Amino acid sequence: MIVTRKKSFEDIINALGAGSVYILGCSQCATLCRTGGEKEVLEMKDLLEQQKISVTGFFILDPACHKKNSKHLLRNELQNIEQSDHLLVLACGDGLQVVSSLFPKKHAISGTDTLFLGAEEKRGVFTKRCHLCGTCIAEEFNGLCPIGQCPKHMLNGPCGGSMNGYCEVSTDYPCIWEFILESMANRGQQKNLKQFIKPHNWKESFVCSLEE
Amino acid sequence: MQSNMFQELLKQNDFVITAEVGPPKGSDPIKFLEKASHLKGYADAFNVTDNQTAVVRLSSFAGSILLQRNGLQPILQMSCRDRNRIALQSDILGASALDITNILFVTGDHQTMGNHPNAKGVFDIDSIQLIQLAKQLRDKGLFQNGEEIKQGRPEIFIGGVCNPFATPYWYRIQRLEKKADAGAEFIQTQSVFDIQRFASFMDMVIEQGLHKRLFILAGITPIKSKKMLDRMKYHVPGVDIPDEIYTRLASALDFVHESITLTLDLMEQIKKMKGISGVHITALFWEDIIPLLVKESGCYPRPTID
Ligand code: SF4
Ligand code: SF4
Repeated sequence: MIVTRKKSFEDIINALGAGSVYILGCSQCATLCRTGGEKEVLEMKDLLEQQKISVTGFFILDPACHKKNSKHLLRNELQNIEQSDHLLVLACGDGLQVVSSLFPKKHAISGTDTLFLGAEEKRGVFTKRCHLCGTCIAEEFNGLCPIGQCPKHMLNGPCGGSMNGYCEVSTDYPCIWEFILESMANRGQQKNLKQFIKPHNWKESFVCSLEE
Repeated sequence: MQSNMFQELLKQNDFVITAEVGPPKGSDPIKFLEKASHLKGYADAFNVTDNQTAVVRLSSFAGSILLQRNGLQPILQMSCRDRNRIALQSDILGASALDITNILFVTGDHQTMGNHPNAKGVFDIDSIQLIQLAKQLRDKGLFQNGEEIKQGRPEIFIGGVCNPFATPYWYRIQRLEKKADAGAEFIQTQSVFDIQRFASFMDMVIEQGLHKRLFILAGITPIKSKKMLDRMKYHVPGVDIPDEIYTRLASALDFVHESITLTLDLMEQIKKMKGISGVHITALFWEDIIPLLVKESGCYPRPTID
C-alpha cells in the first residue's frame, strides 16, 4: 500500500488560513494507515469545528485514486464542495491530485505526507518495500528488494556500514542484505552470492503515463 | 604521464604507507597544504576524502590537484552518493587527463548522516559497479552504455575499500572477491582495532588467494582524545572498537601515550601478517602524529622506486 503519515493539525490549520473546508478521505491505503479513513475524517471534522472552521461536508472516496469513480461518487456532493473554500484531502499524494484535477478551481490541501510503498508489519509498524524503480529485478534477490529497502540501493552486497545486522542509517532499521544473504545461503545459491549485478536501468521509473 | 609511485612501490613489494588528509570546510588551501606538507616523506600517497561522512568540504578533485602541485602523490576518492554514472565517468576521464591516476571508489556514507540531511542522495550505481565501470573504461575503452571512448582511455589505478568489521562477517570475504572480480587492484580497509577479527579475516583472504590479486592496506587510526574515542565507538558508521580496547584507552592515565602505544602495537602485528601490503593511516584531527608513528614503527625513511 501507499503509506502515509498524518500532518500535524497545526500545519493543516496554517495551510488552510481562513475559509470553509470540505474533507475527503479514502477507503483504501489511507484507511489502512489510519490517516484518512472514516474515523480520521470525522475526527478532523470535529477538530476543525472546535477551531470554528466551517466544514461544508465530507466524503470517503473508494478509492481516491480512481478518478472516474471519484467523480461519480461525488455527483451528489457538488453543492457542498462548491460552498467550501478548501478541499482537505486525507489520502496519499495521488489521491490529492485526482481530487485537485476534478476540482481545478478549488484550493486542495494535503492532510498527510506520503512516505513510501510498503507493508504494515504489525499493527502500527510500516516498512518500505518498493521504490517504484520501474524495472523489477527483485527476483535476483529472492524477492527481497535492496532498491526498495536499502537506503543506498546497494545491488552487490551490503555496504561497510552495517553493524550487528542493522543499517548505518538507523540503528532500528535492519540491513536488508542480512535477509537477502541468509536466504541465498539457506537455498545453497553460492553462485548468486558472487554474481555481479550490473548498473540498474532507472529509465522506466521516469515513465509518467501509461496506456494499456 | 608521470610514474605512479604508489603503484610502483606496491608492485615491488615494499611495505607501503598511505595517509588521509581531509580537505578543509572552506576554500582556503593554505592550512590543508601545510598539514599535508608536514607529512611529506612519511607516506607514499595521500587520500583526499570526498565529502566524507556526508559533510561538505573542498572537493577531493581540487584537493588532489593541490597536493599534486606540491609534490605529493594523491589518491582521489570518488563516492556514489553525490554523482550519477554520467558525472562519475566524466570525473574519471578528467582525473586521468590531469595525471591523477590513483582513484579510490566508494559508495559513500548516506547523506542523512551528514550536515545536509535534507539532501537527495544519488546512489545511481554502487561501489562495485563503479569499480567495474572504471575498469571497463580503462581496459575496454567502453562507456557504461557500451559506446566507445573517442580520445584516450583513462590510465588509472583502481582502489576500493573493505570493512571486515561490518556484518554479516561471513560475507565480507566474498564481497572482497566480488570487488577483485570487478577490477579493484588495491584495497584500503576500515580502521583495525579488533586485531583477532582482522587476523581471521586475513586468513580467509590468504585461503582464497585474494592477496595475490589485491594489494591490501590495513586501516590504522590513532585516536586523539576520549571525546574522539566516544565518537568513533558510538557514532561513526562502520567503525568497531571492541570494549576491551575502549576500556584500555578510556581508563589510561595518559590517554595520548596509551593511544600511541596501542597504535604502534597494532601496526607491529599488522606488519607481520601475510598478505598485507601496507597500512592506511587515518589520523582524524591528529595528522601531525603520523611522522612519529611512521618512525617508531620502523617505516622511516620511505622507500624509493628501484
Ligand atoms: S526491483 Fe524495483 S519495482 Fe521491484 S520491488 Fe524493487 S524497487 Fe520495486
Ligand atoms: S547498512 Fe545495509 S541497508 Fe543500510 S545502507 Fe548499507 S547495505 Fe543498505
